[in-house]
Amino acid sequence: MPDRRLRIAVADDAVLLREGLVGVLERFGHTVVASVGDPDSLLAAVHADELDIVLTDVRMPPTFTDEGMRAALALRRTWPGLPVLVLSQYVEQSSAADLLDTGGGVGIGYLLKDRVGDVAQFVDAVVRVADGGTAIDPEVVRTLVSQTNQPIHRLTGREREVLALMAEGRSNAAIGTTLVVTDAAVAKHIASILTKLDLPPATEGHRRVLAVLAYLRDSEPA
Amino acid sequence: MLGLYLALLPGRDIPPTLDPVFPSSPRHDALSAITRGPLKLLASGWPWRSLSYLALSAVSGAAVLTIPLLLIFKLDVPDVVVVALAAVLMVIFMRLIGLPFELWRLRLVDAELATRIQIRRRLAPRQLSYVVASMLALWWIDLGVLVFSLGVPLFMLSAPLQPTAPTWLAIWLCPFGALLLLVSAYPMTAWVGARAAMARAILFPQDRVLGEVVRSRARLVDAFEAERRRIERDLHDGAQQRLVTLTMKLGLARLDLPPGSALATDLRDAHDLATGALAELRELIRGIHPKVLTDRGLAAAVQDVAGHSEVPVKVDLRLGGRLSATIETAVYYAVSEALTNVVKHSGATQCSVRGEVRGGSLVVEVSDDGVGGADISRGSGLQGLADRLAVVDGTLVVSSPVGGPTTLRVGIPCQTDDSG
Repeated sequence: MPDRRLRIAVADDAVLLREGLVGVLERFGHTVVASVGDPDSLLAAVHADELDIVLTDVRMPPTFTDEGMRAALALRRTWPGLPVLVLSQYVEQSSAADLLDTGGGVGIGYLLKDRVGDVAQFVDAVVRVADGGTAIDPEVVRTLVSQTNQPIHRLTGREREVLALMAEGRSNAAIGTTLVVTDAAVAKHIASILTKLDLPPATEGHRRVLAVLAYLRDSEPA
Repeated sequence: MLGLYLALLPGRDIPPTLDPVFPSSPRHDALSAITRGPLKLLASGWPWRSLSYLALSAVSGAAVLTIPLLLIFKLDVPDVVVVALAAVLMVIFMRLIGLPFELWRLRLVDAELATRIQIRRRLAPRQLSYVVASMLALWWIDLGVLVFSLGVPLFMLSAPLQPTAPTWLAIWLCPFGALLLLVSAYPMTAWVGARAAMARAILFPQDRVLGEVVRSRARLVDAFEAERRRIERDLHDGAQQRLVTLTMKLGLARLDLPPGSALATDLRDAHDLATGALAELRELIRGIHPKVLTDRGLAAAVQDVAGHSEVPVKVDLRLGGRLSATIETAVYYAVSEALTNVVKHSGATQCSVRGEVRGGSLVVEVSDDGVGGADISRGSGLQGLADRLAVVDGTLVVSSPVGGPTTLRVGIPCQTDDSG
């Protein structure tokens, strides 16, 4: 059981999936305060309650296009500090960029819906975003990295893996676990990456993640 | 090195083979009938139809002419009033009786045109102008053709009955007249065929026919696109949601099992399989209809497709708003196809997609630094792309000299929708 019990609002019009999500979150000791099926109910729930994080699907009524994304952006504009995790059937850069541009990119998550299958990692991402961190889908990071200009080619293969995980918003410990290396090795890789990409070495935690994301977003292929 | 323009396929110059307006029925008209022998021609019925057509022309023309003549003789009013009154009455007559009569008469000589007139109930000003031309000017010529084609041979045939003609001349003229009567079927049918062609040209100009073909193709493409969208939505609402829920349940179940046990191993495999199926389904859905295109527009969708490319792609699209869905879809598939070709065939290390809306048209250019030599006739990809672009009046130009580089340029007339 985690030390933090989050108060969560979940919005998804697919009942089966929404109930599954609620089950997963409650299994990890969190409280789902509101479980709704459309953006208006979500906005009402946010107004009514003190929440730690909002989870929302993108495709919702009435038009079943990107209502959830619009709702997420609206929420962030009204409450810049409110952590929002957007789940989507597909992920792409411009939506990620729009989300990261709200509230200074703090407390933002943008993940493929598929990721909820890996329940532990998913709940970890929820907690991370609720704590003001970021969780950007590996798909988005992969396209960002593949489109980045020359300096990134100076990185070793392992360093690029670490960079991708950093951009997703993972902590040093999580990166170490994923790549099966020690924390010290991760720290060494990160220092090397920051030097090679000319990023300020002192930045720590979420700020460092945002710096990496900003670097990737600003870069283009030569 | 000079760019080698392999394909220049403007939408307006669609090859005639692509436009079977009435593909199933062979053309039945007067002009194709006159290529046959005299007996076959007479048996085909065209001379008789032509004869009826010309005779009816004389009737309708004479009827129209009667109006001013009657007014002049019967009314005792100033000339200006007569002229004005005659003009008004003639127009009313032609609109109410002349037009239906003229179109009905056209059926005698062009059945196909007649069906199309039936389909298009709405009357255009050009139809009225055709009737005016026919009843005021063309009927004289109809009458002339009728008189000369039939009058001369009939005059010769009647030589034996004419008291002033010498017997030897009558004996010669009579069979000659019969022969000429047979031959007169040709000029009559030919003139009526020309009349039908004229009617066709005035009533249904060629560009309208092509325009209709392009529009019907556009409707077809739209229908396909709508169907793809429906399939995408069905897969998303059904299979995808259930698979996500399944992986979630399997993921939860794994938490409760001691790691390393046989059941845990089976469950892990099942979980991995379901996750794999979900990833495959996602790719499949993306191929059927890219949701990002509907949600975020062309620039984001191209950026997305570029992000999945193995060759680094620089994207620079300045569209200034959303375009029509048909145009966005056409350009999206064009760029996707082009990028696929870059990865498959070009051996390029870099690629760029540039585009902007300028002076009412969208121009998108995909360039790479590969080996060149792309051939539109070799693969169906580029050809299909050109076909798809043709329905939005677009053009595709491929410049790909051997040795490279390759540039593919798409141009489409369009307007941006800033509100969307």
